[in-house]
Amino acid sequence: MKTRKSIFIATCLLPGLFLFLLFKVYPTLQIFQKSLYLWTGLSDKPKFIGLQNYTDMFQDDTFLLSLRNTGLLMLVVPVATLLIALVNASILTKSKLKERNIYRTVFFFPSILSFVVIAILWSFIYHPTMGFLNAGLEAIGLDQWALPWLGDQRVVLWALAVTLIWQAAGYYMVIYMAGIDGISPELYEAAELDGATRIKQFIHITIPMLWEIIRVTIIFSINGVLSISFVIVSVMTAGGPDHHSEVVMTYLYSQAFTNSNFGYAMAIGVFIFVISMVLALISNRLTERGTD
Amino acid sequence: MAAENTVNRPAKKAGSAVGKTLLRLLLLVQTAAVVYPLLWNVMASFKTNAEIMDNPWKFPKGMEWINYVHAFTTARIGEYMLNSVLVVILSMAILLVAAVPSAYVLGRMRFRGRSFFTNFYMAGLFVGGVYVIVPLFILMNSLHMLDNRFWLSAVYATGSLPFSIFLLTSFMKSIPHDYEEAAMIDGCGYFSTMFRIIVPMARPGIITLIVFSFFDFWNEYVMAMTFISSDAKKTIPVGLSNLMQIQQYATDWGSLFAGLVIVLAPTILVYVLLQKKLTEGMMLGGVKG
Repeated sequence: MKTRKSIFIATCLLPGLFLFLLFKVYPTLQIFQKSLYLWTGLSDKPKFIGLQNYTDMFQDDTFLLSLRNTGLLMLVVPVATLLIALVNASILTKSKLKERNIYRTVFFFPSILSFVVIAILWSFIYHPTMGFLNAGLEAIGLDQWALPWLGDQRVVLWALAVTLIWQAAGYYMVIYMAGIDGISPELYEAAELDGATRIKQFIHITIPMLWEIIRVTIIFSINGVLSISFVIVSVMTAGGPDHHSEVVMTYLYSQAFTNSNFGYAMAIGVFIFVISMVLALISNRLTERGTD
Repeated sequence: MAAENTVNRPAKKAGSAVGKTLLRLLLLVQTAAVVYPLLWNVMASFKTNAEIMDNPWKFPKGMEWINYVHAFTTARIGEYMLNSVLVVILSMAILLVAAVPSAYVLGRMRFRGRSFFTNFYMAGLFVGGVYVIVPLFILMNSLHMLDNRFWLSAVYATGSLPFSIFLLTSFMKSIPHDYEEAAMIDGCGYFSTMFRIIVPMARPGIITLIVFSFFDFWNEYVMAMTFISSDAKKTIPVGLSNLMQIQQYATDWGSLFAGLVIVLAPTILVYVLLQKKLTEGMMLGGVKG
């Protein structure tokens, strides 16, 4: 009986463990180890160089620029996305509009679209001649605002940020709506009786009661920017103009698959991995509330 | 008191009506921001090349169905789509074979090492995608797994494994233990108890998982781009991004827009049908704080 149970358990766990060890654990261990090697090309023998790849990283201007761009996106995009999501979620749950389910359906829709489809769509929206953004600005007499959005070093990153926010806001809105539905309605009724405005209720009830969920979504959203920006940037701008929209993931990718600089690419991978872990910890700490 | 009330009420009502209108306006602007790009895409797919280059706010003059024909013939959207269907089915099958038994065992059976394995998979939630793409590529190269749709699917399934086990384990835990005991008394072995009793009872969780993974697998881009090299095996997202690059020289924009619509259509259809499931699933497995 005992052995039959053990055999059953082992058989059940085996397929998952096999896949997990082969395609997840092993490659993860590899990036830590191989980031210490000079390895340029599949046929080459990796040569141990210690921390050289890491020190190179901080003298690599393109890497530093990509790091700065990523940092900016990781700051701006989560803040804007989560704020929009929160406001929409509380409007849709608290103001009892009849058509609220339509808004919910529509707003959530971008988050199930393929990132590639979104990226292609938005590169045409921003297109200097074919896109409706510039044509729209000209139509309402704001010609001077029309820009080659993705070709201008100053605005390209902001243009990409808008796409990222457009993609994700609905997703977090649905999460927050679920959270708000879980808050006891009596709290709002009591506040209503005390004469608190909707904005006050939002700040003093909704946000504190949702705080645990908000904390998690901050981390989700920061990580999301890291991975989604890869697809958005590589399809929309390929890092251009002149690396001004380069993000760390696109840089890692081009170091590996364009320059065959595997060791260096893996060092960048380790660095990003550590940074995102640290960021998750920091945002977790910062958003922790006093005693609980 | 009474007088004050009757004076106050209409004023308050009027105020809230104005507020409601303002809120509606805000929501409608956002609705337009989501819907218009998609509508614009559909319109562009019916335009001639010259019309596309002209004013983007104009309606198409005629219906250029030829764009759709080109999308299927010269741009090979149909082929890419079949590849995507194949990869999604394969990934789903591999994922279910790996995740359902694991989640059953981790969620419902007592044995040594259970919490170790659970934490092991949890850690996997944090190690994602692009970091490990380089060693994954090198590994698959040395095992001759590149340019192979089955192994691509296996990698997809592995990527979803931690989340799937997390989702299904919590679902499995909610099923009362009496069912298994009854099955055992009736002479069911471990395997038949799992397949005949537990799997059917966990069906809502499994369906949620399938809906979620469908979008993940259907839309995945980076790995498909890296691990598949021959054009005949490419999936839809990779095919589309290639198409976009080609069209910059060939300037047949209409068929690119038609290609996008062809890809959007099934997504919209699945979304409309499964919208509820999807958002329910997010509440179930998504964020619980």
